[in-house]
Amino acid sequence: MRLQYPTNVRVIQLPCSGRVDILHLLRSFEDGADGVYVAGCMEGDCHFLTGNLKARRKVEYVKKVLEALGIEPERIEMFNMSSAEGPRFAQVAREFTETIRGLGPSPVPKAKAA
Amino acid sequence: MIVGDSKPLEEILEMIRDKGKVLVLGCRGCVTVCNVGGEKEVGILATALRIAVKKQGWQTEIGERTLERQCDPEYIEELADDIEDYDAVVSIACGVGPQFVSERFPEIRVYPGINTTFIGGALEHGVWVERCQSCGNCLVHHFGGLCPIARCSKSLMNGPCGGSANAKCEIDPNVDCVWHLIVEKMEKMGRLQELAEVWPVKNWLTSRDGGPRKRVREDLKQ
Amino acid sequence: MKAGSNLEKVLEAGHFAVTGELGPPRGNNVEEVRHKAAHLKGIVESVNITDNQTAVVRMSSWAACKILLDEGLEPNFQMTVRDRNRIGLQSDLLGATALGIKNVLCLSGDHQRFGDHPEGKNVFDLDSMQWIALCKKMRDEKKFLNDKELDGAPEIFIGAASNPFGDPFSFRPMRLAKKVAAGTDFIQTQCIYNMDKFREFMKRVVDLGLHEKCYILGGVTPMKSVGMAKYMAKFVPGMDVPEEIVKRLTDAGKKNAAEEGIKIAIESIHQLKEMEGVAGVHVMAIEWEHRAKEIIEGAGLLPRPKVD
Ligand code: SF4
Ligand code: SF4
Ligand code: FES
Repeated sequence: MRLQYPTNVRVIQLPCSGRVDILHLLRSFEDGADGVYVAGCMEGDCHFLTGNLKARRKVEYVKKVLEALGIEPERIEMFNMSSAEGPRFAQVAREFTETIRGLGPSPVPKAKAA
Repeated sequence: MIVGDSKPLEEILEMIRDKGKVLVLGCRGCVTVCNVGGEKEVGILATALRIAVKKQGWQTEIGERTLERQCDPEYIEELADDIEDYDAVVSIACGVGPQFVSERFPEIRVYPGINTTFIGGALEHGVWVERCQSCGNCLVHHFGGLCPIARCSKSLMNGPCGGSANAKCEIDPNVDCVWHLIVEKMEKMGRLQELAEVWPVKNWLTSRDGGPRKRVREDLKQ
Repeated sequence: MKAGSNLEKVLEAGHFAVTGELGPPRGNNVEEVRHKAAHLKGIVESVNITDNQTAVVRMSSWAACKILLDEGLEPNFQMTVRDRNRIGLQSDLLGATALGIKNVLCLSGDHQRFGDHPEGKNVFDLDSMQWIALCKKMRDEKKFLNDKELDGAPEIFIGAASNPFGDPFSFRPMRLAKKVAAGTDFIQTQCIYNMDKFREFMKRVVDLGLHEKCYILGGVTPMKSVGMAKYMAKFVPGMDVPEEIVKRLTDAGKKNAAEEGIKIAIESIHQLKEMEGVAGVHVMAIEWEHRAKEIIEGAGLLPRPKVD
């Protein structure tokens, strides 16, 4: 992907958004991520049929966990976009970064660099 | 299987407040199958607790472990090697787990991390329903294979009551009236006439009503 | 004669019987019971005293029954199996009959989740069917459930309820047959608004010959307003209120809806009087006891017969 998106976004690629794991999402927050979002295909366009729907439910689950821990649930989101939509990917990355900037740093201290 | 629900995180956090080292303890039995207390859930709960600990600036350390079963002393024994390092255990097995752990290690505070809810099965992934109340004298074969004790809100042996409407129970339109199902099933099987008989009063001695139950198999005892 | 109650005598003599209903207060207000009872005195054979109806805590049924006895009315002691196990049920029956109560109505009771203490533990040791059978055993065999002899057995006229509008409809006559087999002497039905469906039910009941084995009293409750009709239609499980009833009340207008409700109740009684197998009516003028007389009089059922 050669589009411009903020350098603070770290991309982890998965074969399908449905593969995302609640544990991994939480671990990101444990390690001090200020925000996490899952980008999946448009609804109805998942190669594995319902991967993106499952991903959305996992994101919802993590939102509840964050809320229970007193962390803004807006720090995690799910976005649907077509894989052909490079500009949309970049736009979402910029917008989400803005949202997180607005929220400020995560209340969870960053993991110390090894 | 035995089905449970995670306790609210807030409640668990309250339990481990001020503890130095806490073990989140899972079980590979029923609670793994119903996705509430297996290795995976141990990881999720422990991570959530670590996030909270960091955020609060507590010094609490969170350990993870999952036993083959927590309803068996043989596996509980495995904890003996390093349990002393911990100040508390949050067991996410069914209610038997925290009891067995605290019986074996009386000096450790043991907390239940899940609410044990019922004996049931999965209708589909992520949906479980109650099916048995362990009454101690199974009668389902008389009722078309359906349990009126666990599934009728009033445990009627001679239902359905007057509140049955549109195949749903009077307590909630989302709950099936099992007596409606029993009548339908028996009719389909050509056995409706069997329901004409008045079922006599049930002996609840075999159920929890007779006090805590114990089962001894002489042939298996050591 | 099983109990020699007024209700039993009137039915035995072949009269079209009338029973009423009274809900005890949510407190120990004796005057309230007397006040409601006064409206029903002389216009019904006996009066059902509800047992923590809809699982809302009220003065105990047996105590309110006793107040009625003292006021010169005959009570029907409603007993649900929701709040008492076999020990409580048998004990309360003995106590109630010791006070002079002669009619008992055996019910399941609304689930406590409906009531004002939904967090309560439920009992349901027996079901209504088994309770009917046990009442009969105590009366006829003079024995407890455990077969031990009673020191003084209850003389009771045993009643039960039937909801012809509960589902599955086809099973309802069969369930009534079970209650008859268990030993009920009389039946009071759920409020009837859908007369066609009730007629169909009674046809099946008569075909089974059940009307010859017990007395069946049709339930009649006057609608006070359009709101009440809509509420019953929508929120009371097992209640069948046809659209036509709601329409009649609506067309009558807000001011006359109550009158229309009473008119409908009177018409229902007339239809029930003509129906084969119906031995009487159970008029449930809930929190409307003072208007019961209009209905019963309007249906040509006053004065009530004197039977000895
Ligand atoms: S009859 Fe008893 S043992 Fe059988 S399913 Fe029902 S509650 Fe369980
Ligand atoms: S509606 Fe059906 S399930 Fe519910 S209490 Fe009545 S008979 Fe039981
Ligand atoms: S393939 Fe499943 S979300 Fe893209």
